[in-house]
Amino acid sequence: MPERLTLSAAAAAAGGTTVVAGPKASFAPLSLERLSGFSSDRRALKGRRVAIATAEMAPALAAMCELDGLAQRMLLLPGGLAADLMSAIMDAAEIDAAVVDADQPIFNGAGRDAYAYQLNDLREAEPLSPPIATEWAMPTSGTSGKPKVAVHTLNTLTSAIKPTAGVAYATFYDIRRYGGLQIALRALLSGAFLAVSGAGETPSEFVARLTRLKVGYVSGTPSHWRRALMDASTPDFAPRFVRLSGEIADDRVLQGLRARFPSAEIAHAYASTEAGVGFVVDDGKAGFPAAFLDRNEAPELRIVDGTLRVRGPGAALRLLGEGAPALKDSEGFVDSGDLVERRGDRCLFLGRRGGVVNVGGQKVSPETIEAAVLAHPDVLACRASARRNPIMGAIVVVEIVARKGVAAGQDLERAILAAAGARLQPHEVPAMLKFVPELPLTDGGKLARDA
Amino acid sequence: MSARDAIFQEMRDVAALQKKRLATLADDLPLLDSGLDSLGFAILVARLEDRLGADPFARSDNVKFPNTLGELVAFYDEALA
Repeated sequence: MPERLTLSAAAAAAGGTTVVAGPKASFAPLSLERLSGFSSDRRALKGRRVAIATAEMAPALAAMCELDGLAQRMLLLPGGLAADLMSAIMDAAEIDAAVVDADQPIFNGAGRDAYAYQLNDLREAEPLSPPIATEWAMPTSGTSGKPKVAVHTLNTLTSAIKPTAGVAYATFYDIRRYGGLQIALRALLSGAFLAVSGAGETPSEFVARLTRLKVGYVSGTPSHWRRALMDASTPDFAPRFVRLSGEIADDRVLQGLRARFPSAEIAHAYASTEAGVGFVVDDGKAGFPAAFLDRNEAPELRIVDGTLRVRGPGAALRLLGEGAPALKDSEGFVDSGDLVERRGDRCLFLGRRGGVVNVGGQKVSPETIEAAVLAHPDVLACRASARRNPIMGAIVVVEIVARKGVAAGQDLERAILAAAGARLQPHEVPAMLKFVPELPLTDGGKLARDA
Repeated sequence: MSARDAIFQEMRDVAALQKKRLATLADDLPLLDSGLDSLGFAILVARLEDRLGADPFARSDNVKFPNTLGELVAFYDEALA
């Protein structure tokens, strides 16, 4: 994509997209050069650092179209975040204004200037000129401590996208996360139809809607797809292109998809918020060909100390936030933290370094979970770890040493889960608790962790 | 205890832990209408592996995913046979 072409201009040049979110909401970004959903003059956001904090995905995508080229930085916030976490992410991204829903806002700006946005009340607006290069900021996951935010540009985000017209797109992801955003941008740059799920819509209802709309290209995590494979309510669901990303695609889910969608093109992509898109594998097997490690074209891949490193045009520029580490090594490679083992001519993913758990595509740091579990007064010590799981890829298991004299049983289990749940995001809440008499320590006195 | 009894009991326990309302359990109940979400099923399968010593989802000779509760029970019965 050429420099300084804004998202709305690029979408307009592609011919315009219709976005359908839930049974009702829709918009055509073609119009957003000259129309605006802001209740006040959007030019007040020129050069500002703006968070998009709407409940639904469709207004968030419309706001992205309006803010690209206008704001100095825009921060995408996926749905379902607790207000205090949203505020902490905004602090990390040095945000000074927020786009909020005009009706029943889920977020009030927490002291920042709030700008009301309404997708079903577009009004005429002046086109933006000249546009500036907007930074696209997205929170990363799986780190402990204060939130970290990866900074992209429209160019890094679209580096792997080859616009393809003639197919309608949909994603099980939240389009404010990297994997979902890839599909939304692909649809916008292709002038293609895009369907995203609406608030309150169940996954089964979403699949039924995609079937009625004859959507051809559907992306999601292996966990999203396993769920779809367990859903017999829409036998006519038959996308032409099935895409998996965000977590390890194992042979079983790939074979299950092949059996369920015999004529579909099935591929799994490797991508992350930090490293961008690494590669796409379409031979129906888990992992990726070891030959990818030797290729000279971007993105380049190498394995260093057991983890995959990626260097390519899709990588984020840098990380923001207190104590944020350097994103790239001295040669410009991003360390993915994904453990990879070479077996013959194939490379297989083994999990995440540092005990980080990938639960259905969302990374969780064990330290974050342990801190929440330790907040319960009857917990003396605990250790969170990943357990492989055929439904969600992995789940979080916490071994707990209970305080002496406390009865370790179902009542305590429930109390600990309730206490931890109040401090964690839904996907971070431990799936299983195991009471143990003691936990092993390393020679240095630290909690021993595998891998 | 049969696989069926173990599955039904664990489903009730997981639903209680996850604060989900469980549907009336019957063979023709679609799994996705049972009241458990994906995480609930993930926990169920892990607990059943601990309890029954089997994870039929890990078998490579059966690529189909069960759709109903009856199919899930048959899935475990096969793995335990």
